[in-house]
Amino acid sequence: MGSVTSVARKISWYWGTLMGDNHYRRYVDLRNRTHPGEAVMSERDYWRMRHAATEENPQSRCC
Amino acid sequence: MASSSGLTAAERSEETVGDITYVRTDPDLPPVAIIDRSPITTKHKIVFGVIALLGAIAWAMIAFFRGETVNAVWFVIAAVCTYLIGYRFYARLIEMKIVKPRDDVAAPAEVFENGTDYMPTDRRVLFGHHFAAIAGAGPLVGPVLAMQMGYLPGTIWIIVGAVFAGCVQDYLVLSISVRRRGRSLGQMAKDELGVVGGTAAIIGVLVIMVILLAVLALVVVNALAESPWGVFSISMTIPIALFMGLYLRFLRPGRVSEVSLIGVVLLLLAVVSGGWVAGTDWGADWFTLSKVALSWCIIIYGLAASVLPVWLLLAPRDYLSTFMKVGTIILLAIGILVARPIMEAPAVSSFASSGTGPVFAGSLFPFLFITIACGALSGFHSLISSGTTPKLLEKESQMRLIGYGGMLTESFVAIMALITAAILNQHLYFAMNAPVASTGTTGQSAADYVNGLGLSGPPITGAELDAAAEGVGEESIVSRTGGAPTLAFGMSEVLHQVFGGSGLKAFWYHFAIMFEALFILTTVDAGTRVARFMLSDALGNLGGPLKKLQNPSWRVGAWTCSLIVVAAWGSFLLMGVNAPQGGINTLFPLFGIANQLLAAIALTVATVVVIKRGLLKWAWIPGVPLLWDLTVTMTASWQKIFSADPKVGYWTQHFQYVDAKAAGKTSFLTAKNPAQLDAVISNTFIQGTLSILFAVLVCIVVAAGVVMALKAIRGGGRPLSEDDPTPSRIFAPSGLIPTAAEKEVTKQWEALPASHARSVGTGAH
Repeated sequence: MGSVTSVARKISWYWGTLMGDNHYRRYVDLRNRTHPGEAVMSERDYWRMRHAATEENPQSRCC
Repeated sequence: MASSSGLTAAERSEETVGDITYVRTDPDLPPVAIIDRSPITTKHKIVFGVIALLGAIAWAMIAFFRGETVNAVWFVIAAVCTYLIGYRFYARLIEMKIVKPRDDVAAPAEVFENGTDYMPTDRRVLFGHHFAAIAGAGPLVGPVLAMQMGYLPGTIWIIVGAVFAGCVQDYLVLSISVRRRGRSLGQMAKDELGVVGGTAAIIGVLVIMVILLAVLALVVVNALAESPWGVFSISMTIPIALFMGLYLRFLRPGRVSEVSLIGVVLLLLAVVSGGWVAGTDWGADWFTLSKVALSWCIIIYGLAASVLPVWLLLAPRDYLSTFMKVGTIILLAIGILVARPIMEAPAVSSFASSGTGPVFAGSLFPFLFITIACGALSGFHSLISSGTTPKLLEKESQMRLIGYGGMLTESFVAIMALITAAILNQHLYFAMNAPVASTGTTGQSAADYVNGLGLSGPPITGAELDAAAEGVGEESIVSRTGGAPTLAFGMSEVLHQVFGGSGLKAFWYHFAIMFEALFILTTVDAGTRVARFMLSDALGNLGGPLKKLQNPSWRVGAWTCSLIVVAAWGSFLLMGVNAPQGGINTLFPLFGIANQLLAAIALTVATVVVIKRGLLKWAWIPGVPLLWDLTVTMTASWQKIFSADPKVGYWTQHFQYVDAKAAGKTSFLTAKNPAQLDAVISNTFIQGTLSILFAVLVCIVVAAGVVMALKAIRGGGRPLSEDDPTPSRIFAPSGLIPTAAEKEVTKQWEALPASHARSVGTGAH
C-alpha cells in the first residue's frame, strides 16, 4: 500500500514538474533564498511574468 | 582543457575513496561532483553481452529473413539493443574524449537562476521537456514516405544514423551551448566561425525555417482536405485552447496539469463528436473544405496565432500538444508490442534503385536520407539543443542523457512510424501516397494504377480501397499524400486490435490525424514567432530606421515582420497545394535538404569547436557525420539543380514546361490547362533557386569552418568563446538511475536545512 502511494506521488510530482504546476513554488523558494524577507509576487503575477517572457523570447518547437 | 584554469582552486577539494573521487567547492557543503572510475563489473559485461547478442539476432531477422513474415517486434528489439549499446559505449566515449563534463562547475541554469527561463530542472523532467520540444511531425512523416523503398534501408538509417550522427549532433551542440550561457546556434556560429560564416548561418536558418513551416502546413492541409471529421476536430482545438488560456489566466493560475487534463478530455470529445458532425448534412456542408480553402484558413490562423498573446493560444496549445505527444507515443509502443503486426512491405523495393517511385522521385542515395531526415539526423534539433534546454540543465554530466538519450528516443519514434507504414498492404500504401495525377480520384482508377506498379502481393480492387476508406470514416483515401494519413491509417490498424476492436477504427484514425495536426499547428505558430524574431533581429542589424525593429514591444514592427514570415511560408504552401504533380512530391525533398543542411551547419560548428579545443584526434566524431551529411545533401542539391531527369531536376523540368509553353501547348504532362502550366513554370523556378541558395549558404558556412579549423591547427586564430567557470553549489545524479555513491551524496544534501542553496526541483517533496 505504502509503495503504491509513493509511486503515485512520484508520478504526480513528475507530471506536475513537467507541465509546470510547481514552477511557482520553486520561484517562491528561490526568492526566499536569494531575497529573504522581501515580498514575493502572487501566483497570478508570476504567470503573467512568465508569459511576457515567452512573448519576448519565443521558444522553437521542432518538426 | 581551456576551462580548467578559471576555477579558483582555493576552496576546491578532492577526496578519493577507492575508485570514487568526491569534489567539494565549499568545505561546509557536501560534495557537488562525483568522479567514478570504478572498473566494469563482470555482471555489467554479461548484461551488455546479452544485449549485443539479442540485438544481433534481431538485426539478422530483419535483414536476412525473407518471405514477408518479419514480425514488427524484431524491429523494436534491434532498435532498443542498438540504442543501449550506442548510449553505453559510443556516447560514453564522446563524453570522455570530447565533452569532458565538469560537475564542479555550475551550469548556466545555476549561475543565472531566475525562476523563469534559467531554472535548474530535474534531469528526468528536462528529458521530457527536451523530448517534447524536439519530437514533432517530422520523425513520423519522413519514415512513412521513405517506406516506398522498402523497410530495410529506412530501418538501418534511422537506427545507425541516430547513433552516429543525430545523437552526436544534439549532444555536442548542447554541450557547446551550455558552456556559453545557452547561446543560440546562429550566435555560436558567429562567435566561432566569424562574421561571414555566422551571417550565412543566420540567413540559412531563417530561410530553412520558412520551408519547414510551409511543408508542415502542407502535411496538415493534405490530411484534412475533404475530410469534415478531421476539420471539425481540429477546429475545435482552437476554442479548447482559448478556454484553457482563460482558465489559467483568470480562474486558477498555475494549475497546468489540471487544465491540460480538462483540455484532453474535451479534445477526445471533439474527435468523437467529429464523426457525428460529419454524418449530418450541415456538418458535411460546413466542414468539407478544399485544399486551397484550407490553406487560407491555416495562413490566417498562423498570422492570428503569432500576434495574439502567448497565454491565450500558444501556451495552452503547447500544454495539450505535450500531453498528447507523450501519451500517444506510449500508446503506440504498447499497441505494437501487444498486437505484434507482420510486415507487408518488401525489405528493399524496386524503387530503391530505379528512382521512379511515385511518392518522391530519385534513387535511394541520396533521397532516402533526405526524406527520413528528422528520425536519424535533424538539423532543427540544434535550435532546441542551443537556447532552451541548456538554460534548464542542472549538471554538465547530464547532457549525455538529455542530448544523446533524447535523440535516441526520437529515433525510436521514427522506427514506430516506419513500422505502422510497413504493416499496411502495399497496394493500399501506394494508392494513398501517389499523387492525384497518377491515381485519378476514384478507388477504381487508383486500384488500376497501383496494380500496374508491379508490387508484391495480390492485386487490390477499387471496392477494397473504398471499403478501407469507409472503415476509417472517410469518403476516400486515394492520394492522401504527406504521410500523416498513412501513419494514421497504420496507427488505427495497430490500436484497434488492442484497444476497442474494429468499431473504434475510425476513432483511432481521426485521433491520430488530430494528434499530428495538433502539434504541427503548434510548430507553425511557435515557428512563425521564432522566425519573426530572427527576421526583425536580422533587419535591425542593418541599422538606420530598421534598428527600431529590435525592440520587441514595438507592435507595428512585430506585426509587419509576422506578416512577412506568414506571407513567405503561405505562398510556398499555396504553391504546393496548386502544384499539379502534388506538393509533397516536389516540396518534401526541399524540406529534407533544408533540414539536413541545417545539420551540416550545426556539425560544422561542433567540429570547429572540437578542433579549437585542441582535440584534433577526436574531430572525426562530429567530422565523419558532417562529411556524410555534406555528401548526401550536396549530391541531392546537385541532382535537384542539374539532373537531366525532369522528375528529379527542378531546372530541367522548368525548361521542359517553358519550351512546351513556347510551342503554344495549353497542356503538358501533369499540367492539364494553361494555368497549371504557368504554375509548374514558376514553382520549379522558385524551388530551383532555393536549392541553389541553400547549397551556396552552407558552402560558405563550411568554408568558414575549414578556415577556422586550419587556423586553429596552425596555432592562433580566434579564441574559444567559452564562459569562465563558476563553482557549483548544487548536486544532482548524472544518469537516469542514480549510482550508490550518488544516492549517498543526495542524502547528505537532503539532510541540510531547507534554506540552503540547492536545486529545488530535484526530488519529490
